[in-house]
Amino acid sequence: MTLELSHLTRRFTDYPALDDVSLDIPPGEFLALLGPSGSGKTTLLRILAGLDYPESGSVRREGRDLLAIDARRRKVGLVFQHYALFRHLTVAENVAFGLRVRPWRARPKRADISARVERLLQRVQLQDMAKRYPAQLSGGQRQRVALARALAVEPDLLLLDEPFGALDAQVRVSLRRWLRELHDEFGLTTVFVTHDQEEALELADRVAVMNHGRIEQVGTPEAIYHDPATPFVCEFVGKVNRIAARCEGGKLVAGGLVLGADPWGGRHDTAIGYIRPEQLVVAAPDQGDGWSVRVRHAFRAGGMVHLGLDAAALGQVLEMDIFGGERAHDAWQQGACLRVRPRHVTVFPDEIEPTVAQTPEPRTVASATRPMAIGP
Amino acid sequence: MNAIVLPRASTGPRRLQRASLILVAVAFMLVFLLLPLAVVFTEALAKGVQTFIAAITQPEAWSSIRLTLLVAALVVPLNTVFGVVAAWAMARFTFRGKALLGALIDLPFAVSPVIAGLIYVLLFGAQGWFGPWLDAHGIRIIFAVPGLVLASMFVTLPFVARELIPLMQAQGSEDEQAARVLGANGWQMFFRVTLPNIRWALLYGVLLCNARAMGEFGAVSVVSGHIRGLTTTMPLEVEMRYNEYDYAGAFAVASLLALLALLTLAIKTLLEWRYGAELAARAPGGH
Repeated sequence: MTLELSHLTRRFTDYPALDDVSLDIPPGEFLALLGPSGSGKTTLLRILAGLDYPESGSVRREGRDLLAIDARRRKVGLVFQHYALFRHLTVAENVAFGLRVRPWRARPKRADISARVERLLQRVQLQDMAKRYPAQLSGGQRQRVALARALAVEPDLLLLDEPFGALDAQVRVSLRRWLRELHDEFGLTTVFVTHDQEEALELADRVAVMNHGRIEQVGTPEAIYHDPATPFVCEFVGKVNRIAARCEGGKLVAGGLVLGADPWGGRHDTAIGYIRPEQLVVAAPDQGDGWSVRVRHAFRAGGMVHLGLDAAALGQVLEMDIFGGERAHDAWQQGACLRVRPRHVTVFPDEIEPTVAQTPEPRTVASATRPMAIGP
Repeated sequence: MNAIVLPRASTGPRRLQRASLILVAVAFMLVFLLLPLAVVFTEALAKGVQTFIAAITQPEAWSSIRLTLLVAALVVPLNTVFGVVAAWAMARFTFRGKALLGALIDLPFAVSPVIAGLIYVLLFGAQGWFGPWLDAHGIRIIFAVPGLVLASMFVTLPFVARELIPLMQAQGSEDEQAARVLGANGWQMFFRVTLPNIRWALLYGVLLCNARAMGEFGAVSVVSGHIRGLTTTMPLEVEMRYNEYDYAGAFAVASLLALLALLTLAIKTLLEWRYGAELAARAPGGH
């Protein structure tokens, strides 16, 4: 039942929405399509739903061409960003819609339909709302109706377009955990589109990061976060410090600090290093290496302290996150001087700008930019 | 005491404003809408109920009523179908000449109805482009019922489409896409999702279209030929009786025409009242 997307290309009049996208989605996977707006993620979702078609490329499921199947026969459940509930139908009628429009032979009996609707509404905790109209529900309730409606037709594939985009922050967090449970319980294959990296990293088995119609990296949330494949992924996913480095005599140096050995054997003169805020540590006084910094500001948020550090050697501000309980708070007052060093740096040769994904040969570039982790 | 008086003093001018605005609106309605309507009915009954009944039971009166209803019965469904199709095309697709289609839909509003009638005379009249051919095949359009239907269709063409286009554009096509993904075929999608979403605007458009189809004078007058008992609709019958100094008869038929209009309004109000609660419950539910 693996869904094989290969070489999908979709061009809108002025820009490519999808540019040679290939991806395999194994059954039971919870996959996130993560990217900024205009990166092509929604187009990809609409192609899977049968609401849009690529100019070239194919989508196969069990060897069959999915694109040749009309949207209404695809057995796909789709939840729209704004839910698209039928406003003239009650909650129960909305959920029953997909069953009632079936051809006479395939249509379940009236009693079976209402039994299934009732079960689904119970599962989404809306059994008391069956007779209400969508306008009488809250955003979170509408989203659950849309989900129940999509699940009623027993889809092979569940597609969600920004499923939490229109909800307030609190409802969002509880709903996404709940959605993950639902996915596991129904044994679904789920693809969801989001621009919220936190959501993607928390929910998904795998994340596909998209930019300018291309998939920059596919991998587990850990891989995406800790081993980003491209500068774009680095900058889009999570907070990150970007520093300039030079390759000198077989070593990689930034602001006077040796980061490690030159991974490219002298082929590049300059490099870009990425350091996550939590990968910066205070250097012990007896160890000489590190950047001298001054604390520009310190914000305490619960157990964490977010520091802004003026690093004169680098000529920039570094963001640093540190657990508040570990050491004396006094060291992190505004104006305090510290020595910090990175525990882990991801480096790329400088030629590639983070947002430039349309380099002529993406594959060779991807191998050339193979990130190099430097750490203790 | 002052504490009570002061706020009153401040609301005084505002109350005056409100009262005068309402007064102006009501006075305007009275003079320009209700008064003429009242005059129609009083004039119709001025010479007694007997004369009124005699005037409307003449065969010519009956035939004009039948013809008016026939024209409306043909024109309204045709323009309803056209209006829905045109609105669908305008709201759901982008295509070359879309702006032109939009302008064409508005054309009957811009062009004088007399010109609309003349166009059909020029096309289908005895001296018109297709006149000789039609004559040879024994088909009569001008000075016959088909001409009346065509002219009425031209005049009432925009009503349904113009009501629907802005609504359908605002609603977007997500509901329809959702229906398709859920397995609905084209007809199911239209009748179960699209039509319910537009039904109030559609009803309003149909009622406007109907009112105009029954009341149209200019375009119909040109193509009718005023053949008593055959091609005179009610507005034409009113005019002919008026020109013949048959005031009582003219007002009698006019009062019937006004009654038809009032009936249309009553149906609309009744439906709104019947489904008012439902409307209120659903209206805020954008999507």
